[in-house]
Amino acid sequence: MDKQTITGAQAVMRSLEQLGVDVVFGYPGGAILPLYDPMLDSPVQHVLARHEQGAIHAASGYAHATGRVGVCIVTSGPAATNLVTGLADAQMDSIPVVAITGQVSSAAIGTDAFQEADVTGITMPVTKHNELVTSPERIAGAIKEAFHIAETGRPGAVLVDIPKDILAALLDWSWPQHVDLPGYRPTVRGHSRMVKQAIALIGESTRPVIYAGGGLMRANAADELMELAELLQVPVVTTLMARGIFPDEHELALGMPGMHGHYTAVRALQESDLLITLGARFDDRVTGDLEHFAPHAKVIHVDVDPAEIGKNRVADVPIVGDAKVVVGQLVKDARERIERGDAVVPDAAAWRQHLKEMQAEHPLLCDQEPDGPIKPQTAIRAIYDAWGPEGTYVAGVGQHQMWTSQLIPWSRPRQWINSGGLGTMGYAVPAAIGAKAGLPDTPVIAIDGDGCFQMTFQEIAAAVQHDLNVVFCVINNGFLGMVRQWQHLFYDDRLSSVHLPQDLPDLVKIADAYGIPGFRATTMDELSKVLGEAALITDSCVLIDVRVDPQEMVFPMIPAGGSNEMMIESVDELRARQAEDAAAAADSEA
Amino acid sequence: MSDAGRHTLSVLVENKPGVLTRIAGMFARRAYNIHSLAVGPTDNPQLSRLTLVVGSDAVQVEQIVKQLNKLVHVIKILELDPTESVERELQMVKVNAPAEVRGQILQLVDVFRAKVCDVDHDAITIEASGSPEKLEALQALLEPYGIRELVRSGTISLGRGAKSITDGSKNRMQRVV
Repeated sequence: MDKQTITGAQAVMRSLEQLGVDVVFGYPGGAILPLYDPMLDSPVQHVLARHEQGAIHAASGYAHATGRVGVCIVTSGPAATNLVTGLADAQMDSIPVVAITGQVSSAAIGTDAFQEADVTGITMPVTKHNELVTSPERIAGAIKEAFHIAETGRPGAVLVDIPKDILAALLDWSWPQHVDLPGYRPTVRGHSRMVKQAIALIGESTRPVIYAGGGLMRANAADELMELAELLQVPVVTTLMARGIFPDEHELALGMPGMHGHYTAVRALQESDLLITLGARFDDRVTGDLEHFAPHAKVIHVDVDPAEIGKNRVADVPIVGDAKVVVGQLVKDARERIERGDAVVPDAAAWRQHLKEMQAEHPLLCDQEPDGPIKPQTAIRAIYDAWGPEGTYVAGVGQHQMWTSQLIPWSRPRQWINSGGLGTMGYAVPAAIGAKAGLPDTPVIAIDGDGCFQMTFQEIAAAVQHDLNVVFCVINNGFLGMVRQWQHLFYDDRLSSVHLPQDLPDLVKIADAYGIPGFRATTMDELSKVLGEAALITDSCVLIDVRVDPQEMVFPMIPAGGSNEMMIESVDELRARQAEDAAAAADSEA
Repeated sequence: MSDAGRHTLSVLVENKPGVLTRIAGMFARRAYNIHSLAVGPTDNPQLSRLTLVVGSDAVQVEQIVKQLNKLVHVIKILELDPTESVERELQMVKVNAPAEVRGQILQLVDVFRAKVCDVDHDAITIEASGSPEKLEALQALLEPYGIRELVRSGTISLGRGAKSITDGSKNRMQRVV
């Protein structure tokens, strides 16, 4: 064992090196100063963000894209509090990130010192775990444990807060051989009796659906999922966090369920007699009004987090375990029973046929006129055509996110990165930069809204400075489109604080200011020309301002809190329904 | 307090800074109710034990247990069935006790197998322990004399018989992951 006297700061860098960290995203400052010195001598690369929120979202984008832990390093006080949104975002979407924050010196803690904040206290509810390091000898253990907790079980955000004096203090270096966490023992293998029960239940069903969630993505379970679906011929819906875990062009793929999901995916859950729920959590954006969600269905629920099972929907067959392992067990058990001649393949040909017909009858609608304004849906399809399936696509939150998730034919895991659970506007720009740092040879395309873009576009400087060449496409409709849609539909079109003038700021000038090529498309002709040119640029970031029809709305939609039975596919359908409701209300009064 | 939704959870935790905050914070964040909470060290200096009395239905208690288990410093949780466990709570009551009623009060102390732990000219302080119901009964009987102040410790509880919360988890304390 190498016993050497080094500083706490050196111990932090060594720990990161031991854990195989290649890049960190951060921003220096007072309390973390001791760490930025040995960083100069470390092979770990540092990407200098322009705001701490950018650093933590970049770490999350990196983790999304690579499956490895994303690391973020910032100073105390305001820097650490600026991480709160990004930690909450990562925690909600089960993204493994570790944040290392500087803290004021041990002696100053509790005195309201300059740049002091109770960071472990503030971040407790938005992290899986956190720790204030109280001795230099504890550094290596704390960081090793932080990585272990962040990436095992249900992944999440972990924060390690280190006072300045502890970074400066000397210690005898040793790397802990083990992680000793008596209260942390995630279950990996599913209970074999439950696995058998699940396969039996599938065999009895006639309208089964696999409800595939982000847990499959976190567990790298795409192959197992494909085996299970094909073996048992069960149709698959993929949630917002699972888009790409099962290819959209597969004959068993039904698309995305939920508030703005594909018609057939929503209906399949509603009409199903068995939900095979894999790493999904019955989120309100998927279920709508829980009481009316999938009313005929029994539920198999596989999740690594026992607390998700039974939280929103009672499970008939609960299975706690890692999604990859458990789906593998399901496949194995099904195969063995098929070989024995058991009837475990559901009799669901009629069901699949019914869903196929439904898919044909309910395509996503978009009336693009060749001479009319660019429809955002057209823009997103064209962006995908320009960069293709090799690209990794990153979105912010709002209409552009829903259209991107709906319209791109996702074909592989980790091709789609977005902020799902927390719905963090401004996610795309920094997350795309983080993704690019993890995938230097993959085209990374941020498809952002104009509202989102203006929250975090300062991070373009970080991308340019570190040669992280990302394509930034702004679907610019001059509005906070999703809020506008709701005000239009449910608040009598009384638009309140949703207008963001399309040329404020001038995005091409923004590109110019950052020294990168900037393009604008306002017509269909310009769109294809601009995308053609932009796609040829691989040695620089690119910014594209796509001026789209501000009137366009996302359909299908299920009004918030409404039942999934109330799905509407067009504004005309909504108006007709509102008129019916008004008439019914008038009748009941009379 | 309705007993219909009363559940007693015994929680073994690592004795680390902030562990109480984590537990209290989880209850606050998820809008669960705590009736009482008592915490103290155990025979093992690395461990503390909490007794939580929560007012929830069975489904919610299951969620509470699962959410508590997600806290890294929580080692083990037992729900204690009141019929198979012994529950105690300590109460101290300072009650007006001028000479003319002091005898009556001392009789109550005797009936409730309580103790007098402080006496002054006008007041005495009574120490009583037992089930929450017994303490409430004593309190009700003392109220007419004028209670000056009252403090309760929160319920602590242990399962009956020889079994212990650490059965099967002692190895875990040394176990490496």
